[in-house]
Amino acid sequence: MNDAGIYQGAALPVGSKGRLSSGWWGMCTVIATEAALFAYLFFSYFYIAAQAHGEWPPGGPPKLLIAVIDTIILVAGSFTMMWGERGIRRGNARRLLWGLGVTIALGAIFLVLQSIEWRSKPYSLSTNVYGSLYFTTTGFHVAHVIVGLLILCALFAWTALGYFGARRHSAVSIGVMYWHFVTVVWIGVFAIYYAMPYVAPG
Amino acid sequence: MIDSGPLRVPVLARVSDDPGIEERLRRIWETGPGLIGWLSTVDHKEIGKRYLVLSFLFLLIGGIEAGVIRAQLGAPDQTLLTPEQYNQLFTMHGVTMIFLYALPVLSGFSNYLWPLLLGSRDMAFPRLNALSFWIFLLAGLFLYASFPLGMAPDGGWFNYVPYAAHEFNPGPNIDVYALGMVFLGMSTTVGSTNFIVTLARTRAPGMSLNRVPILVWGTLTASVGNLLAVPAVSLAFFMLWMDRQVGTHFFDVAAGGQPLLWQHLFWMFGHPWVYAIVLPAMGIVSDALPTFCRRPLVGYTPVALATVSTMVLGFGVWVHHMFATGLPPIALSFFSAASFVIVIPSAVAVFAWLATIWTGRPVFTAAFLFFAAFVFLFVVGGLSGFMTASVPVDRQLTDTYFVVAHLHYVLIGINVFPVVGGIHYWFPKITGRLMNERLGRWSFWVMFAGFNLGFFPMHIAGLLGMPRRIYTYGSGMGWGPVNMVITLGSYLFAIGVLLFLVNVWRSLKRGEAAGPNPWHAPSLEWSTASPPPVFNFAVIPTVASRYPLWEDRLEAGAGRSSTEEGMLLDHGRETIGTTVVGAEPDVILRMPGDSLAPLALAVAMAAIFVGLLLHSWTTVIVATGALLLTLVAWLWPSAALGQTMEIADE
Repeated sequence: MNDAGIYQGAALPVGSKGRLSSGWWGMCTVIATEAALFAYLFFSYFYIAAQAHGEWPPGGPPKLLIAVIDTIILVAGSFTMMWGERGIRRGNARRLLWGLGVTIALGAIFLVLQSIEWRSKPYSLSTNVYGSLYFTTTGFHVAHVIVGLLILCALFAWTALGYFGARRHSAVSIGVMYWHFVTVVWIGVFAIYYAMPYVAPG
Repeated sequence: MIDSGPLRVPVLARVSDDPGIEERLRRIWETGPGLIGWLSTVDHKEIGKRYLVLSFLFLLIGGIEAGVIRAQLGAPDQTLLTPEQYNQLFTMHGVTMIFLYALPVLSGFSNYLWPLLLGSRDMAFPRLNALSFWIFLLAGLFLYASFPLGMAPDGGWFNYVPYAAHEFNPGPNIDVYALGMVFLGMSTTVGSTNFIVTLARTRAPGMSLNRVPILVWGTLTASVGNLLAVPAVSLAFFMLWMDRQVGTHFFDVAAGGQPLLWQHLFWMFGHPWVYAIVLPAMGIVSDALPTFCRRPLVGYTPVALATVSTMVLGFGVWVHHMFATGLPPIALSFFSAASFVIVIPSAVAVFAWLATIWTGRPVFTAAFLFFAAFVFLFVVGGLSGFMTASVPVDRQLTDTYFVVAHLHYVLIGINVFPVVGGIHYWFPKITGRLMNERLGRWSFWVMFAGFNLGFFPMHIAGLLGMPRRIYTYGSGMGWGPVNMVITLGSYLFAIGVLLFLVNVWRSLKRGEAAGPNPWHAPSLEWSTASPPPVFNFAVIPTVASRYPLWEDRLEAGAGRSSTEEGMLLDHGRETIGTTVVGAEPDVILRMPGDSLAPLALAVAMAAIFVGLLLHSWTTVIVATGALLLTLVAWLWPSAALGQTMEIADE
């Protein structure tokens, strides 16, 4: 620094660099606003549950089997994704491709299981308010999974085209952050809709 | 890190040494010619001007609606409007003023000013900036689409269920409102994201957080608030649309739903929103008032902290809109107390402004008059708010004209007056010409007199028991005289607004040339030409104090900022990225060029909402496909932006 304080420091990186990139910060704000959206969905659930007359959830706590498998799959997907991302940090694009491929497959399995789960429910969106809440909340989550999968597919294509390496992979880190968020939201959905009725019934 | 990629030491330059700099930067940053250029520009100044013009158009539309309403209410038993027409007009008046004028006009100021205030060359996300404008335009058109058919939203701006439910309101009116608000919310969210990241990452070197102008604090606070609050209202409107069209039961008591859930979600959004549409306007005053008082703002730090704490508290007061809904006393007490507490940060700011005027040497320009009047009107509106924060008083006053008086004092007093003052202040920067002072003072006094004549008596009408939202009243109620005064006063106010617009129009053509800094103001935007060149600053300024252009006038030790010499950054569109708190340079940011993608994305989104409204699922599917393709094209990693292994121009 000279007396005017003008920058005379070291050379600076140029362009989109990890946490120095505007996109990384942008994704943080996207996650903040999306997290708020799910917080309001959960608030609606608790508000209506607290005011409900009679049994809650109507017909007793939901069956856990598919939801537990769903949880394992999404959490595993976050780990495979992390493994792939670590690869590209060392310039290993092949490992990133494997990470993306396996995670996309796990996400697709989640969607299949979720559609089986939806079909097994004895109620629908329009049966009662519980059905409205359940299908809207899980529907919002499924929409986020689909968006996440589209992001991962785009990243897969771009990685295959050789766009990313050890020094340039901000798009990967940003997309992966979104995928982790989708997993965290599911844990919230699972805890509130599936686990809590067993822990705190009524 | 094995390989950190291309690094560059930013070249320093001095503007006076190399007159070719400006021409070179102009070629890099210039928008292309013709219609395509106009539709694809991402220049924040152009987008800011569009925001300002469009939101003023909505202000005029909302004003005309108010004029018709006041003609209907001016005397008892009027038949100018049918009850149905009245419902649509007062609803659209509220929707227009609150959603299509009050926030967008402040976004206009902030879009235009932020990079200039922060010493940057553009916002952090130039294309998102264009996107938020196009969504605002299309969502505004969407909300007005059913108006000519006589089927506009008619449930009041807060649209309570069950009145807004399908059973009682089966037409498309409420569906237009519900879908339009979800659509408009995207514009707000995208804009908020952009402001937050711009503040965090693109300030000039040396502009640490304790040196940013208060307007920046105001808009930042509003943006964080909106980011967290807008999802509540978008969700509420989406649930309402699903209840009406898809058969869900969120607000349907018969199937276990709760009408009050609507009110909770709406006001969880609504109250933070109220602060979002006043805090940036208060920031305008905190920055511009000191210029006319010839001294720095008294209490910069307390005012900045008051701004932030107002919003934090603002998330905990929503139930004071619901005191009459039969909630348990413990909830009422808590929210009443929280609503009283919020007076404290407001008072801190008021005393800071008063002290600034008191200890300064005020110059009584038209702009100063608007800002000083704002302080007065804020106190009046704050006092009536304080009164309604008290549960027993509110039970008496809720749903009367007293509340109408309160909300107009806060919205016109804290939003319109600072905005009009702000236009007087920055008009020379935006256009290069000064506004006419004499006409400005006339418009001020007519607006001020008309406003108080028109809106103060609403308090009295409310105390006399006149309810809100009635389309007429009988002569036996005794409300005739006070309503006649309200109508005449509000027309006088409208004449004042027209005088202001005449002044804008005349000054655009015949105003005196302004020069870079006609007010001898302290902040960075006044260091560049009026109007500013497309690249804003030939070299990136370096900031050493809170008032970079007043360092010669303030006591020694204020630091030496530099606007003459600094980083050149001319390998394509570039600006400097700095650290969040200390504003130390840490990256050279590549900025995207002009693009049609934002417009295409906004059009695809509009098509989705039109499809949902008309139940045309083919439209929805086709438009979603177009939206995804546009997104992929938009986000495709680019060598020019330094997103791929091969980086251009290094």
